[in-house]
Amino acid sequence: MTQMFKKLALGAALALALPAASFAAGAYDTKIEDVAFSFEGPFGTYDVNQLQRGLQVFTEACAACHGLKQVPIRTLGDEGGPEMPMDQVRVYASNNFEVFDVELDDFRPAIPTDHFPAVTAAGAPDLSLMAKARAGFHGPYGLGINQFFRGMGGAEYMYSLLTGYTGEEKMEAGAMFWENTAFPGGWISMAPPLFDEQVEYADGTVASVEQMSKDVSAFLMWTAEPKMMARKQVGFVGVLFLTVLSVLLYLTNKKLWAPVKGKRFEG
Amino acid sequence: MSGIPYDHYEPKTGGEKWLHRRLPIVGLLYNTIMIPTPKNLNWMWIWGIVLFFCLVLQIVTGIVLAMHYTPHVDLAFASVEHIMRNVNGGHMLRYLHQNGASLFFVAVYIHIFRGLYYGSYKAPREITWIIGMLIYLLMMATAFMGYVLPWGQMSFWGATVITGLFGAIPFIGEGLQTWLLGGPAVGNATLNRFFSLHYLLPFVILGLSIVHIWAFHTTGNNNPTGVEVRRGSKAEAEKDTLPFWPYFVIKDLFALAVVLLIFWAVVGFMPNYLGHPDNYIEADPLVTPAHIVPEWYFLPFYAILRAFTSEVWVVQFVSFITGGIIDAKFFGVLAMFGAILVMALAPWLDTSSVRSGRYRPMFKWWFALLIIDFMVLMWLGAMPAEEPYATFSLIASAYWFAYFLIILPILGVIEKPEQPPETIEEDFNAHYAPNTGGTKTMPSVNPAD
Repeated sequence: MTQMFKKLALGAALALALPAASFAAGAYDTKIEDVAFSFEGPFGTYDVNQLQRGLQVFTEACAACHGLKQVPIRTLGDEGGPEMPMDQVRVYASNNFEVFDVELDDFRPAIPTDHFPAVTAAGAPDLSLMAKARAGFHGPYGLGINQFFRGMGGAEYMYSLLTGYTGEEKMEAGAMFWENTAFPGGWISMAPPLFDEQVEYADGTVASVEQMSKDVSAFLMWTAEPKMMARKQVGFVGVLFLTVLSVLLYLTNKKLWAPVKGKRFEG
Repeated sequence: MSGIPYDHYEPKTGGEKWLHRRLPIVGLLYNTIMIPTPKNLNWMWIWGIVLFFCLVLQIVTGIVLAMHYTPHVDLAFASVEHIMRNVNGGHMLRYLHQNGASLFFVAVYIHIFRGLYYGSYKAPREITWIIGMLIYLLMMATAFMGYVLPWGQMSFWGATVITGLFGAIPFIGEGLQTWLLGGPAVGNATLNRFFSLHYLLPFVILGLSIVHIWAFHTTGNNNPTGVEVRRGSKAEAEKDTLPFWPYFVIKDLFALAVVLLIFWAVVGFMPNYLGHPDNYIEADPLVTPAHIVPEWYFLPFYAILRAFTSEVWVVQFVSFITGGIIDAKFFGVLAMFGAILVMALAPWLDTSSVRSGRYRPMFKWWFALLIIDFMVLMWLGAMPAEEPYATFSLIASAYWFAYFLIILPILGVIEKPEQPPETIEEDFNAHYAPNTGGTKTMPSVNPAD
């Protein structure tokens, strides 16, 4: 164990001396599409219907391999999220997930206060925070300018990944890889997870791969940032308040200094 | 406290006199808040208040965050998510604290460069400058340890790389690194002690800040002209100064409100812009990120650290004459800490008789280049260590050292400075016509008029 850590520390020291040749902009030839999501910009909000559709896609297409362990199921009913009625959340939890209960020493159907299960069987990453753990955009010379205008692009990255399969596949060291234009390196070990009409949307939306990708990416943005709407509202109120405060203090300051500066204050 | 004559606190009522004889605390506060302040201070003098606000903000939000955070390798990441999802207002507290660190460093860099331009570090303010540098070092230590606490990938690997710097010290390095980490590698012991120190150091900073203020209240503030306040009599001093309250308190509060307006917009609308996405992946000792990048405020010094590779002749030369004791890695560490050390030595490296850069025609250009150099270093710190960035880093690092070690000492000898105004009052009146009794007069556009 100690030996292993030493090797890791050495690796880190090397990483310090010669960081991997790739950073930020144009590190890999990946194609990230700029999707116009409803939650972008200072006034952007989540689209409740889209989040509910995204939840459906996640449940039917992703949940078998990917976990959402940071997300309590009850938050599906929260304001600023999918806003499902609590009885629906209850039914959703018990119909879809089983959790191991330490007190019962057995599995039981999930209840809203449980978290989404941590699924590790397939070796697939947990998706709770994936939308914030990836960046779609960078900017020329790593200056981050694009992110300033277009957002970090985590949801765009996921959309581009889900729609980025070229159809090419290869076998390497006994494992299958699929070519993907958004994935760093170009080859991903996840088989194309979505195909047209895979889910049947209750609201009649046509379930194309693009539509489903968009919906599930939006849903995963919500799982990563469930308080976004509350945050933006506080941001907006705070900016307004501070603008008024700044103006008042500006005028106070002007009046205070006017006699010293030999000016008459007219205000 | 100050050498500038002004009306000190006099207890008036019986109660005040009673207290004052036993504990002159009201007098201390009064004298501090009424301190005569040069009336020509410009907008670069507002960052002290912003910094003090940042410290309070970080301590207050930090204390509440600590109530919900768990410093354990298995629980830390989830406890931060607990704060983000379940704690009332927790997402705001956490984003305020996270971006508060960035505001803190924006303010401290402007504050430092203001001091460098207007010669605030020069006699008799060397102690103020040195304490400021100590505060800056402690800020960096605190920010670094705070970044480790969420236990994301960058937390873990950043900690591994930075503590590895201590491992580069010859002979004692490896032992020192193990002692710092509390084990052979970054682990639970490291996380626990970083949490403990991250809680402690801000209070040390608070204490040093008070000493910092005490020091410059003793010498009096510097000002854009670098000319000292006249201290011959109270009447004379009053021509150069105004009391801190209300004139500068209100001015600083206005500036603070504008700064906070921008800060609040960042927190509300783009709180993750200054962070690294990798830190939303839980720490994994088995997976090294493709590129380990420190937070933006460390980038200039990170660039200096990486600039001195074994291919640089200076490094080879030093390595040769020390018999290999100072290798490239240790040289980089020395360069990084040296970059801050030379800044701390500025009071003794600057030989100019004139304090303010405003009256130093050659200095102005070298100083502008230093600002650009700092920006370039920051950019280079985020770039991969490959050409052409490696060469750029070397040039930019060399300029940083050259500015302090060569340019500052030589300029004082060869430069012919302009004549600063005789008094602060003269400078102030050059900007604003003297009080003519309420009639509106336009301030002179050209200060030279």
